[in-house]
Parts: sequence; C-alpha cells; structure tokens
Amino acid sequence: MAPTKEKNDRMKARRTVAAALSVLALTAVAACGKDGSPNTDTAKSGSAAPQLPTYQVNADAKLDGSPVWTEAKKNGKLRIGAKSDQPFLGFEDVQTGKRNGFDIEIAKMIAADLGFSADQIEFKTINSSARETSLSGGQVDYYVGTYSINDNRKKTIDFAGPYYIAGQSLLVNKDNSEITGPESTKGKSVCTVTGSTSVTNIKTYGANVTEFESYSLCVEKLLTKEVDAVTTDDAILKGYAAKNQGKLKVVGNTFSQEKYGVGLKKGDAVLQQAITDALKKHEQNGDWKKAYDATLGLSGADAPSIPDLTEKAAG
Amino acid sequence: MGIPFEDGNFSLFVRGFLGTLELSALSALFALLLGIVLAAFRVSPVPVLRTFGTAWVTIFRNTPLTLMFFAVTFVLPRLDLHISSFTAAVAALSIYTGSFVCEVLRSGINTVPLGQAEAARSLGMGFGQTLGLVVLPQAARAVIAPMGSVFIALPRNSAVAGAFNVFELFSVQKTLTEKGYAIFALFFWLALAYLVISFSIGAVFSALERRAAVAR
Amino acid sequence: MSARSASVLYDVPGPRARLRYRLAGVLGALGIAGLLWWVVTTLTDQGQFDGWLWDPFQYTAVQQRILDGVLATLKAFGLAAVGSLVLGALLAAGRLSDHRPVRAASTAVVQFFRAMPLVIMIFALYQAVFTAEPMWGLVIGLVLYNGAVQAEIIRSGINAVPRGQGEAAYALGLRKTQVMSLVLVPQAVRSMLPAIIGQLVVTLKDTSLGYIITYPELLYAGKLIASNSDGYPYIPVVLVITPIYIAMCLALSGLARWLESRGRRGANRRVAAAA
Repeated sequence: MAPTKEKNDRMKARRTVAAALSVLALTAVAACGKDGSPNTDTAKSGSAAPQLPTYQVNADAKLDGSPVWTEAKKNGKLRIGAKSDQPFLGFEDVQTGKRNGFDIEIAKMIAADLGFSADQIEFKTINSSARETSLSGGQVDYYVGTYSINDNRKKTIDFAGPYYIAGQSLLVNKDNSEITGPESTKGKSVCTVTGSTSVTNIKTYGANVTEFESYSLCVEKLLTKEVDAVTTDDAILKGYAAKNQGKLKVVGNTFSQEKYGVGLKKGDAVLQQAITDALKKHEQNGDWKKAYDATLGLSGADAPSIPDLTEKAAG
Repeated sequence: MGIPFEDGNFSLFVRGFLGTLELSALSALFALLLGIVLAAFRVSPVPVLRTFGTAWVTIFRNTPLTLMFFAVTFVLPRLDLHISSFTAAVAALSIYTGSFVCEVLRSGINTVPLGQAEAARSLGMGFGQTLGLVVLPQAARAVIAPMGSVFIALPRNSAVAGAFNVFELFSVQKTLTEKGYAIFALFFWLALAYLVISFSIGAVFSALERRAAVAR
Repeated sequence: MSARSASVLYDVPGPRARLRYRLAGVLGALGIAGLLWWVVTTLTDQGQFDGWLWDPFQYTAVQQRILDGVLATLKAFGLAAVGSLVLGALLAAGRLSDHRPVRAASTAVVQFFRAMPLVIMIFALYQAVFTAEPMWGLVIGLVLYNGAVQAEIIRSGINAVPRGQGEAAYALGLRKTQVMSLVLVPQAVRSMLPAIIGQLVVTLKDTSLGYIITYPELLYAGKLIASNSDGYPYIPVVLVITPIYIAMCLALSGLARWLESRGRRGANRRVAAAA
C-alpha cells in the first residue's frame, strides 16, 4: 500500500510541476513578441497632429553648488520621479515602455538644460504618498507629476515653479447633459482617489463619493457607467478625455486651485534656480505651448495662461 | 492617544466597526451555505458534480483574495452586471471563504467512522439522508475547531474590501492617516477593534466546542 | 481518499439509482455548460475576445512586465517565507520556554499578530516607515502575521510528538536545547509539513496585498497593463494573471506533497492516515 501511495503522490507532484513549467514555457515561447507599438506611434505623428518640441541639450551646464546635480553628473544619469498612469500627463506606454505626457515633457526640457541627454534620463514611478520621502531620501533627483505646491510639503522639500495651474473639475460621459458643474453633482455618484483633497471638496456639494486607489480605476467605472462623474484636477481629467476622445468630456469651471511645481530636495538652492531658469526659457521660446498642444491639448481644451514662477529659495 | 474620542472621530470608528461586522456576518452566512453545497458536490455520487466541486475549490483556494476583489469589481461591470461595491465585496469574500469551508467540511466527513454511514445505508437511507441525518451532524463536532479558524480569519480578510470602496475599519485607517493622525496610535485602536471581534468569535466557537464535547 | 469516503455515503447504485445519477449528471453538466456558455457569449458580445484587446500581450515590454511582476511576487514571497519560518520557530520556542515572562510575551505577540488584518499592518508600515520601499512594508507585514501563525503550527507539532520521545532524550542526558533541536523539532516539522506548506501558500497569495501599497508585484503589473492599454483590457488581464497565480500555488503544494513523500520514504514506513 505504502509504495503505491508514494508513487501516486510523486506522480501527482510531478504533474503539478510539469503544469507549472509548461505555463512558464508558454510565456517564454510567447516572449518572441513584438517590440513597440507601431500603430499608436504612427497615428499620433500623422499629418495634422501637433508635434512635440525637441530640446537642445546644454552640454556646458555646470551647477557647482548643487550636490544633487554633481552626484547625477558623476553617475551620468539623472533620475526623475513621475507618475505612470495619467494619460498625456505622466504616462508609461506598457507596450513600448516609453514615457509620455505633459509632465514628462516638462521633466525632459529641464533635463536638457541641466546637461543631460534623453538617454541619460531614468524615469522612476513614484506614487503620491511616497513623493516627499523619495526626494529627501535621494531616490530621485527631482519630481514632476501633478505635484501641488503647499506649505505643508515645503517643510520637507523645495519646489520650483509653478509651471501649470490646475483646478478641480469634473469628467463625465459625452452624452451626459445633467452634470454641468459641481453644483449639479448633488446626489450623483462621483469617483475620486482615496485621501485626496478632491474628496472633501466634492462632498460639500452633496455628491455620493466613490473611492478607489487610482484615477484609472475611476475612469473604468465611468466608462461602464457605474459612476456619473470623476473629479480631480482638470489636467488629469483632460488627459483621460484626450485618451477617450468621443466618449468622455471635461465639464464646468475649475473649483479649486492647484499650482503644480517641480519637487526637489530641500536646501539645494542652485538646482532650484537652474530649474526655474529652465522653465522660464522654455516657456518663453514656445516649447511649453508646443508640449501642451501635443499632449493635454488633444482633449480640445485650450492652453491655460502660463503662471509666474514664484517659488524662490527661502531667505 | 485617544484618537477615537477626538474631533468627532467616534462616529467614523463606529461606522467602520459596523461596516466590518456587517460585511463579515453576511459573508460568513453565504460562505457557509456555499461551502455546504460544494462539500455535498465533492462527495456526491454524480461524477460531474464531483469534478465541478473539485475544480471550483482548486481554482478559488489558489486565487489571491485581492485578485478576487479586483476581478469582481472590474470584470462584472464589463459583463453588464452592475452591483454595489458592498455586494461585490460580499461575493468575493463568500466565494473565497466558501472553498475553505468546503475543505473543512470534507475532512470532517472523513473523520466520521465508516460504520456510521454503513449502518445508515443498511437502514435503507439514501445519499441525502445518510449525509444530512447521520454523517454531517457527527462531522459537525469535528469541524468546530477548524471552522472556528476559518471564521476568525474572515473579518481579517474583510479589511481588503476597504481598498475597493467599501467603508469598514481599513477605510477608517486610510481616512485618518490622510488627516495626519499618528499612524501607530491609530494602529493600536484598530488592533483593539479587531481583537474584540476575533476574541468574540473565538469565544463563540469554544463554547460550541464545549457543548459538543459534553454531548459525546 | 475522498473517493473511498464518498463511496460509503451511498450504495453501489442499482438500475434506478444509476438512471437517477445519470439524469442528475446530465442536468448538472447542462447547468454548468449553460453557465459557461453565458459567460463566454456575454464576454464575446462585449467584445472581450476581440483580437485587438489582447494585442498588448504580444509585446515584449508587456511580457517583460508580467515576468517582472512574477519575479517581484516570488521575491517578496521568498523573503517572507524565510522570515516567517524563522520568526515562527523563535516564537514557538518562546511559547514552550520554561521562563514565565518569555512564555507570556511570546503568547501575547502571537495572539496579537494573528488577530490583526494583514492589510492594516502593511498599510501602517508603508505609511509610517516604508513609503519609498513598499516591498519591505509588505515583507515585514507578511513575516509578522505568518510568523505568528507558523509559531502555532510548530508548537502544536512539538506538543503532538509522543511524550516518551522527549523523556527518553532527557534520560540520555541531553539538555533542553538539544532535546528540542535534535529530537522534538525534526519530528514536529515532519508531521506538520502539510500545515506549514499550506500556510506558505497563504503567504504566497497574500503577496498580492502589495497591490494596495503600490509594490509592483503581479497584480499591480496587471492593473497597470489594463489601465494603460487601449480599450482597458481588464478582463483579458484577469484571465491571464489568475492562471499564473493558481499555477504558482499548485506548484508550491505539489512541492509539499513531494517533500512529504520523500520524508516518508526515509524512516519507518508508516502508512499515511486517510486525509
């Protein structure tokens, strides 16, 4: 009895292992797949589509007083923190592995002025709650990703900018004519991300709030019509509207003000000044506008006015 | 320290606590029903049902709970099935826990001496009667302890629902963490709530065990 | 073994019963087939099987991301498995200690961490300490919880070793540590191996909680693929990653059975008790 049972067990075990291996093998075989995603790439660079700007790398850049810059230059690598799931803002194309979006363009134009070419940039996905720690811990050299400037954050990090002024707005399905602004969300289900300031704001208008981990999940719920609207900064919503053209639209005026800045390690005044200069230069030479038109502008919304760069080193 | 007693947080805590209780109680009920049906399938004389039961249990015992929540929340709407987040959470938890209940019941059935079933059959009882009147009542005694650990695990597992738009104790933690309360002080109060819940369930099951032991 | 226990619940079917069983079988099969049919047609109607929605999986970058997700899952699992077994052994030793304070402290730790939801522990660790390294938040949470559970498993295994074993070892003049490590623990581990591996499967599954604290394990990778691809292929993603999880768990329990049969092959060939 014992040996047969043993044999059975062994056979069973072997079969399970074989099954697991075949799954892995399947993945390996399938791995001779395609590179890149030609259809989306070519479609975007079609005739009338707005073109992304290109940036001249400033090879002579020298920021001697900046420890962050010196370290990055020594390693020949600039590490930039960004978001990965906000289309046309901070987005990672999973099929090509490439980043794109307005925030990414801002990050790239700064990098060029700091003397780093495109292939010296390493983007890292850092989520909202980890932004301050990753900057002060030195995991990234600077951060560009819907980062609102506020006094609480300024206690631990510094900002340069603002480079964009966003405000809370609403994203609805194209055929929705009931919701036109925050006042009309009373009793409607509105989705947003857990713990964001958007939650408190929209609750004051009497909306039923649905909360998920990320905006893409909210948009999924909007597309399947399980919620009536998604609310957060208009910049983020514009990106989703551009991604889902003909299905979603941004409605109403903004009902809060968020100044997006570039986050950096506290106390590096030289780097802060260099980033401010870079932003000023690219805002004046038209790169900022071009970057907007080729990304968030695809939603149909005109570019807002460029804000003044008010963030200065303390004292 | 007294986070629940500041700034009107008390009602938030109560709401979260009740949310956890409601979610766990409903899921426990459905998990028990589902587990009994699955266990009956797995020992039934009909091969199709046996295979179905085995396949079901194998799939859902080996799928992470978070993935089940994810699937129920984002797959069902794509099938045009629109249910509330709470219903979705009850479904995910019941299906997950149901497979464990089934396994506990099945091994419980195995502990009942063969003679009992044989005697029942020799009295002319069918499958349903043998199982329902003779075997399951005796198996119940053996399964109380393992069943206890399955149901003590349920409120703990239910916390995952907080990440999928159900208001319960994990939501309380997220909300108050975001408001800037000390994370470990908050953790202490939540721990207290969960300890109360699991000790209550543990007490119920050891009382049941004691009663069953007396009857022996 | 289930076949034997099942067969005692009903007689060898006669002609009438066989007909009834067959009828039930057909009805059951029809019901299951109907359910599957409904799922498949609804999915097809919703365009979920359209080729383009599955396109992302053809790209090497997407396959790489899934593979990275699997590796991240396995890494967190490996660390948590080793950590929880070490912690479990320590806590079990603590609970069996001769010193009352050690016993009390170990018991308190075990009871506390066994009662706490893993999500809440992981989230607190993530928010308080490991915002930049979510993996350690996940791993430490898993180690604390599963360590407490493993401690209980190991302790009950040691208690289940016949008392004569320990007494004989003491009689030979072994000290307590030696009795434990040379006599009791090896026997306990062998008898508790199924339970220990069962808990390791739970550990493996619970790594998916990393999704909530943005650790890029398999589920998180799946979510990113679904939300960053055209047409939002949530269903295709779930249909791809669920089998991967199931395969990993089954491989682990397969390993358990294999180890168990090997262990039995060695010493006295006891016939396995019916499960």
